Amino acid sequence: MRNVAIAVLTIIFVVALGADVLSPASYKEQFRQAPNAGPSAQHPLGTDELGRDRLSRLLYGSRISLMLAPAAALLATAIAAGAGATAGFLGGRWERTFLSATDLSLSLPWMLFLMTVRALLPLDVAPAVSIAITFLLLGALGWAGPARIVRAAVVAMRRSEFMLQARGSGSTGFRIVLVHLLPNLKPVLITQFLISIPVFILSEANLGLLGLGVAEPMPSWGSLLRDLERFSEVRSNPWLLAPAVMLVAVVICFQIIARPKDLAT
Amino acid sequence: MGLMPGVLIWSGRIGRRVVGLVVTALIGALFAATLVRLAPGADSDERDFDPRFSPASIHALHESRAADRNLARYYVTYLRGLAHGDFGVSYSLKRPVRELLADRGLTTLRLAGCGLIAGWALGLALAIVATQWKVGGMSTFTSGLSAMLLCVPAALIGLLVLAARAQWWWAIALIILPKVYSYTRGLLEKVSTEPHVLLARAKGLGRGRIFVWHVMPSVLPELLALAGISVSLAFSAAIPIEAVCDIPGVGQLAWQAALGRDLPILVTITLLLALITRAANAMADIAIAALHGDAQREATV
Repeated sequence: MRNVAIAVLTIIFVVALGADVLSPASYKEQFRQAPNAGPSAQHPLGTDELGRDRLSRLLYGSRISLMLAPAAALLATAIAAGAGATAGFLGGRWERTFLSATDLSLSLPWMLFLMTVRALLPLDVAPAVSIAITFLLLGALGWAGPARIVRAAVVAMRRSEFMLQARGSGSTGFRIVLVHLLPNLKPVLITQFLISIPVFILSEANLGLLGLGVAEPMPSWGSLLRDLERFSEVRSNPWLLAPAVMLVAVVICFQIIARPKDLAT
Repeated sequence: MGLMPGVLIWSGRIGRRVVGLVVTALIGALFAATLVRLAPGADSDERDFDPRFSPASIHALHESRAADRNLARYYVTYLRGLAHGDFGVSYSLKRPVRELLADRGLTTLRLAGCGLIAGWALGLALAIVATQWKVGGMSTFTSGLSAMLLCVPAALIGLLVLAARAQWWWAIALIILPKVYSYTRGLLEKVSTEPHVLLARAKGLGRGRIFVWHVMPSVLPELLALAGISVSLAFSAAIPIEAVCDIPGVGQLAWQAALGRDLPILVTITLLLALITRAANAMADIAIAALHGDAQREATV
């Protein structure tokens, strides 16, 4: 299962990265004579209401979602690693402050908090800026859950024998963190990174569906899913489901990869 | 005599949760006040650009808003308003936020409440059937369904429910179900292999009896913790669902407020939902402590 998921993801990644070469047209090029057209040789997934090629938009949108969700996950994991490791290693007052901060952060309704912060920023920003804002926000706000797990792992390590031995042999705090703690945290951080990616993909999709994600004309899976709001047309135009199918496939693959190896086989 | 330490421990435990709620409210209010105060345009309104107002009148208007410029003073004013149930006035709808929430609160409560009940009932039932009564193929089907639902954005689930013309709360139920199912299933599988359950099975106890008397008591505390978290999940999911399904609830109001940069509405809803989440988690924690009987144990030590 795990190998199949990796293979499917690799194919989708390669196709998304090659959007410039594989797309029949640019994501913003309008074919004004053919709005809302069905599939054809020129437009394999048809065109949208503005006459833009759906396949091209799907490929470019995949590239944005697939490149930036891991970037946001990396940011969230980095913040989680810094905050969780510091709190777990120093303990005491630092740990209590950290736990209160994560408690507060986790009690905030994530979606609403994201919408509130997004609403503070201009809605009519340049598409590239909207992409950066959306994923930076996702990364910056998604740290609390992973940070608690990192802290728990560090607390367990702090009490472990190898740490006691390192301390006993005269290692200082900085050396202990760099040489002993971080290398042993790697599996936890990798798992948290992999778990965060589908969460951010789904969050971006929700934001995009609500019109608060990546700005037009730039496509993303969230903004492409807005076509499904005309659900009465889906039965006669099933190709409208392509972004949903792609999104679900990618999220399933990430979830399979993030699961422990013994469960994923 | 023996009751007193127990009462003290319980008072301390409940007191700590109440303090947690108050701290959340205070920090949330500070966050809210800061956002409202620092938002672009917070220091002006359309009257500043009304040609009918003289420069002197506009200056007077600016002076009247001067008190709000100091964040600390604004925070105190904001807190005083909150204490009296005054959440401010919506920028876009020009109505008190309290009135808007009162109009729509019941719809969201019904949506989240029914969805939570249905999601929990279905999730628990499927997990129990999959682990205790291993019906052929059922486990694979339910696990596949649950994994699939976990991979669909909440807004898309809302659209699916709308297309199926089902009751709206089904969308919340379908979001809660996979989380309850996968978590409960994992717990049940783990507990079913524990020594006390194996011993009960070796003694020849019936499947139902083992489940009710030996398995459930072991998983109940974790399920209660999940129940606390699922309240927050349901309310968060209500936002995209109400927005795409055109349900006139608090979630739709929050979405419209986000599009219209109406911060008084957004920060009030964020604050209220944070409090609901903390309260639900606190109740779950207290229930878990009651189940474990920690108070009695600690009292006797």
